Amino acid sequence: MPEVIPPDSVGIVTPQVAQFDIPLTLECGKQLNSFQLMYETYGELNADRSNAVLICHALSGHHHAAGYHSMEDSKPGWWDSCIGPGKPIDTNKFFVVSLNNLGGCAGSTGPASINPETGKAYGPDFPVVTVQDWVRSQAMLADRLNIPHWAAVIGGSLGGMQALQWSIEYPERVHNAAVIASTPRLSAQNIAFNEVARKAITSDPNFYEGRYGEHTTYPDKGLMLARMVGHITYLSNASMGEKFGRDLRAQTLKFGLLDVQFEVESYLHYQGERFSKNFDANTYLLMTRALDYFDPARAHEGDLSKALEPAKCKYLVVSFTTDWRFPPDRSEELVNAMVEAKKSVSYAEVDSPHGHDAFLIPTQRYMDVFHGFMGRVAKEIPHAR
Amino acid sequence: MRADLSIIKDWVQPGTEVLDLGCGDGTLLDYLQTHKQVRGYGLEISSENITECLRKGVNVIEQDLDSKGLSNFKDKSFDMVVMTQALQAVRQPDVLLEEMLRLAKESIITFPNFGYWRLRYYLARKGQMPVSKTLPYTWYNTPNIHLCTFKDFEELCYQKNIHILHRTVVDDEHRTNWLNQLWPNLLGQIAIYHVTR
Repeated sequence: MPEVIPPDSVGIVTPQVAQFDIPLTLECGKQLNSFQLMYETYGELNADRSNAVLICHALSGHHHAAGYHSMEDSKPGWWDSCIGPGKPIDTNKFFVVSLNNLGGCAGSTGPASINPETGKAYGPDFPVVTVQDWVRSQAMLADRLNIPHWAAVIGGSLGGMQALQWSIEYPERVHNAAVIASTPRLSAQNIAFNEVARKAITSDPNFYEGRYGEHTTYPDKGLMLARMVGHITYLSNASMGEKFGRDLRAQTLKFGLLDVQFEVESYLHYQGERFSKNFDANTYLLMTRALDYFDPARAHEGDLSKALEPAKCKYLVVSFTTDWRFPPDRSEELVNAMVEAKKSVSYAEVDSPHGHDAFLIPTQRYMDVFHGFMGRVAKEIPHAR
Repeated sequence: MRADLSIIKDWVQPGTEVLDLGCGDGTLLDYLQTHKQVRGYGLEISSENITECLRKGVNVIEQDLDSKGLSNFKDKSFDMVVMTQALQAVRQPDVLLEEMLRLAKESIITFPNFGYWRLRYYLARKGQMPVSKTLPYTWYNTPNIHLCTFKDFEELCYQKNIHILHRTVVDDEHRTNWLNQLWPNLLGQIAIYHVTR
């Protein structure tokens, strides 16, 4: 709970809902006749609407990226370290929009929402959405907010994929794109981890083919397992070692097979449990699928530089040395393709011990890079506030 | 602007595509893109320099020439590859020189000339590795591991069939004069070469 709102916070924020009664045809061929997107905004849109920045969320993220919902909030939004007055995404300069993606479970239309055509929750019948679908629905939100183009589209991990897709799909509407701790496509190992997570969920006896809602039950054990696997891949060996080492919860070994004995086990259990209480299992399946499917080069015989051809923005690509989910060489692959396609790109490989999660943690070098890039973005804006 | 950079800028044609190895704070690329419509990228490893390039809006890519080389760039992907004051600090300058001419038809290279008379005199008189304005390091903490002279560099170019288009030397005030042009290996402090295959 914040006793006082820190001066570099965006303060108390209120989520908003945008209702769309315009059909959206998805990449899978299915159509959503109506849907809603939950979003938040920070800062003020300037007179010529040129200072808007879009924040795209990662796998389990949502619209609440910065500030607090109330004075009772225990934690600020998920990217509060980077969004606020004086922070890299400076709300004194930029108007920031952050949303919950379609298929999410934080207020945007998703598997847990009521399907207006049946009057029941979509559940597993919610269509598979892709990064491209998200970007298209985000463009509809931009139209609604009367934002003709983004000064920058920014995202980490799965959010970085959306930033990349924006630059390809709507080149005229993106001036800058920051792709952080991301990849142009998942590796087989990445997909394998996602499949383990999905299998954990679908093999929970309470999963009922995704119709757990109708059985008034919930596959929380499976979701917990999925998150535990995911969480291991978000940290590095070093950061886990530093946080927990081989510390025991009790003084002595219990020689029991089922007890939680090591601190790291206890931590994973805690993270898994907390997550399984707050996240929809069908959404988790959906989001990991969107990750698996993303591959803008596929339509160009695997040639990423060809896929990037339409883009007009200036890119920032950032990777972190200990990120083994999307390691630096995945970012370099992207940078090389951008150079080949003669795009404006800058790349920094930030030395951080925090693994994939480093993109959420404000280390000095990372913030310097981000500040440098966003400072230049601000300078480009005519009549910046 | 550093004088070797201000000489180089006159050797770069407008509208060309440039790769600047060890681009520092991006001064040269910033000038070239503002005044000569040059498009380019700088490679750099210093984090302060990378941040400064980002501020300037110069495309900078973090890449260590020693560990990664230039193999991630395709043949002839640039018009010009520039490397100022970095040749002497890399592990394999000869390999790098070939790589530079694989990426572009032309290259510009500047380095401190170890044949400069004051350095020779310093070593002869004191019997110690020279420390000067252009080489301000002691032997144990210098980044310069392959110091060479004007003559050494030309010998390398000769062996590798690299053609020298222009060469010049400047003094520590970064001036050229008739004396250092006459005896460059003895009187030039910084060597500036424009080479091609």
